[in-house]
Amino acid sequence: MSHHIVQADNLHYTYPDGTVGLDDINFKIHHGESVALVGSNGAGKSTLLLHLIGCLTPTKGYIRIGDYPLNKKNLKAVRRSTGMVFQDPDDQLFMPTVFDDVAFGLINFGVPEAEIENQVMKALEIVGVSHLAQRSPHKLSGGEKRAVAIATVIATMPDIIIMDEPSSNLDPASRRRLINLLKTFTHTKIIATHDLDMALEICERTIVINKGSIIADGSTKELFNNEKLLAMSGLEKPLTMQGLR
Amino acid sequence: MGNLQNNLFDIFYMDTLACSKTWIHSLDPRAKVLTTLLFVGIVVSLGKYEISILIPFLLYPVMMITWANLPVIYLIKKIIILMPFAFFIGIFNPLIDKDIILKINLVDITNFITIMGFQNSTGIIEISGGWLSFFSIMIRFSLTVSAALILICTTGFDSVCLALQKFRVPSPFIVQLMFLYRYMFVLIDEASRMARARSLRTFDSDSKMKFSLFVPMIGQLLLRTLDRAQRIHLAMCCRGFDGHIQMFRKMNFGVSEVLFILGWSSVFIICRLYNIPFNLGIFISKLY
Amino acid sequence: MHMADALISPAVGCTMWSVTASLIAYCSKKVKNGMEDQKIPLMGVLGAFIFAAQMINFTIPITGSSGHLGGGMILSILLGPHIAFLTMASVLTVQSLFFADGGLLALGCNIFNLGFFPCFIAYPLIYKSIVSRFNTQPYTERKHQKKDRYILIGSLIASIVGLQMGSFAVVLETLFSKISELPFGTFMLMMQPIHLAIGVVEGLTTGAVVLFIWKARPEILDSALSTSPLSSSNSAPLSINKVLIGVVVATILTGGILSWFASSNPDGLEWAMFKTSGVEELKSQETIHTSLSEIQEKTAFLPDYGFKSNELSEYNKSSEVPNLVDSGVVDTGASVSGIVGGTLTLIFTVMIGFVLKRRKSEITIS
Repeated sequence: MSHHIVQADNLHYTYPDGTVGLDDINFKIHHGESVALVGSNGAGKSTLLLHLIGCLTPTKGYIRIGDYPLNKKNLKAVRRSTGMVFQDPDDQLFMPTVFDDVAFGLINFGVPEAEIENQVMKALEIVGVSHLAQRSPHKLSGGEKRAVAIATVIATMPDIIIMDEPSSNLDPASRRRLINLLKTFTHTKIIATHDLDMALEICERTIVINKGSIIADGSTKELFNNEKLLAMSGLEKPLTMQGLR
Repeated sequence: MGNLQNNLFDIFYMDTLACSKTWIHSLDPRAKVLTTLLFVGIVVSLGKYEISILIPFLLYPVMMITWANLPVIYLIKKIIILMPFAFFIGIFNPLIDKDIILKINLVDITNFITIMGFQNSTGIIEISGGWLSFFSIMIRFSLTVSAALILICTTGFDSVCLALQKFRVPSPFIVQLMFLYRYMFVLIDEASRMARARSLRTFDSDSKMKFSLFVPMIGQLLLRTLDRAQRIHLAMCCRGFDGHIQMFRKMNFGVSEVLFILGWSSVFIICRLYNIPFNLGIFISKLY
Repeated sequence: MHMADALISPAVGCTMWSVTASLIAYCSKKVKNGMEDQKIPLMGVLGAFIFAAQMINFTIPITGSSGHLGGGMILSILLGPHIAFLTMASVLTVQSLFFADGGLLALGCNIFNLGFFPCFIAYPLIYKSIVSRFNTQPYTERKHQKKDRYILIGSLIASIVGLQMGSFAVVLETLFSKISELPFGTFMLMMQPIHLAIGVVEGLTTGAVVLFIWKARPEILDSALSTSPLSSSNSAPLSINKVLIGVVVATILTGGILSWFASSNPDGLEWAMFKTSGVEELKSQETIHTSLSEIQEKTAFLPDYGFKSNELSEYNKSSEVPNLVDSGVVDTGASVSGIVGGTLTLIFTVMIGFVLKRRKSEITIS
């Protein structure tokens, strides 16, 4: 199914002040794949994610999402098929209630009114927070906020889910719930994270970024065994693998 | 920075109150907004020397507080905290307006001396217009403030906004109000974290800060806020935002809402047209 | 400084509500038509910022009192007047609802006083003209350094002027309302110097924070200055003209409505400018008399307790302010009834509350 392919070709990005953000990024992610995007702070993970949702335009090269090259014309169609979970759920939950927040995307994408309530509740049930529908986002705990943020994204039924640090600031139990939830998703997943244990559990493939360019791309297990590579990119062997040694 | 945190908790608490489930809470917000506006309008429309006619209006806050199960002490405290402002403006009235316009014959009501112990001359208590208008201001102040607080504590800010939207308040303003309310919590939290970090590294007990510290702190907060706005916009765009925010919300303006408005407005109008305490007094003095 | 519900008459409150409402409608329309949609979350979050920032105080040296950031000017500088006005209006609305700052009826006055003057007068006429005078000069490094001063001076003067106008509006609104007894001159002498001090503090904070932003992220301010945040009008004079026309219209509207109230409501306004023509005065005296006689008619139900009518007119002569007597003269007999009845009503009302509460808790227990 070439339909849900995510492809970056010769991608370059330079910030307005001259800092190089991305330098010759190439990859191809196929339908249903789960890919972890790892790298030290400031390596360019978030910059790459912003390109994938069309919030930044590459200075050189292009991105293909599905059948479309990503440009202004297809932006809406692309955003319809991708969902992004931001690092700070407070940025993502801007409406007065959880319900409104989940419904926001549905209304914008023209889902008929009669179906909205149904779809909202379904999305909330999937992430297990349907009891929070009428609450205000500012009254939720960190874990609940994250769950709702994920619900806002899956409600619109995207083919590709992009996540920025989904497990940050979560308590261990919430993190476990999140991992179990993500395991059930059949979407194409691209997850930028520092949580290598989570990456190990969810993603079969990993892309390592350092200083704006890809330095490794391959099977998660193999890459995480390469201690030299991990050290070079400011990472550390996942705890679960350290125990195996 | 107790100030910041306290304000946050205060709003938080009112928000929680607005989530309880009494029949007042479940009324359509439009009914409550209308009634509140009517109440404030009528109370304020009364003459500046009126006191007795204002008293029956207390029925509205009393009933609403009981019906909606609101914490009386908390609300009274909140009103008292706000008092000084009206007090400072009002207190000039007795100083300037010294004309006696109320005379109370002691023979008639000896039992009220202790309450109204002002200028006592020849068996008649004289009260100046200034004092009358001062008390009138204070009572009016308490009534209108309590009405606003009750509205928020029984309805919640979001629902008030939605009601305003139904009243054709322009949507950019409504969206603005909702965003402000949503991010108020986030930003006050952020501001108090910054303030706490500052106070941990300066060793004065004073909660206020120097100007030279204040500017970079506010500036920093502002920069963070601008960044946040950008991120929120991204998040909105990712979910198909194209400049319009629509809400899907059911509102039901039914019989009970109509009855609520009609009931209260007739009470207000009766209280406005007939000085109930006055007539009651006449009735009693006739008996006596 | 916020106006309070208790201090304004419904006439003033409603007038200011309608003026403010039309301003909000006008700005909303402007914003709807000419805004990039990224400004929608921006203005919301900046409103929250003003809200939070006003809770952070700093100590003013020597006086020991505290100051904080003023809202209208910095918002105008960052967002342009229309969005700034809406944002300011939202901040004041939330303040009035949660902290009961001001009140619902006075909300119109407050939005006008604290939003209109900084956003539509002080910002375009003062700040913008000072800073744009700098902008027209050719760019050199030295000039760039000098811009600091322009920004600081611009926001200082603009803040002071905005606040002076705002506080003067408070004085006028209070006087038109006739609830407070403070005479015009005294009140103004109280208000204006205080607000001069507040204006200086706010101007300095605004200027300093704007400078901070300008140094950290110059592009934010440059974009706000060069292209007027509302898309089209790069030409400053045009927009200023528009605003001026708006001000004149608003003033005429306000004045017109108020004077209409003045002529129809005898005790509402006794204002020097309405007194200039003798006709006005005569008319109002006439109405005062009719309302007086009405009061007498009312009190005539209790002839035994009431003031004698000649005593009343004596009062009328002796007192310096003739219209004092008309609205609320209560005679002794009436006041006794009022006090007795009032106390009873008060007790009765509170009792209703208690009984209801008791019954409610019984229900929940059983």
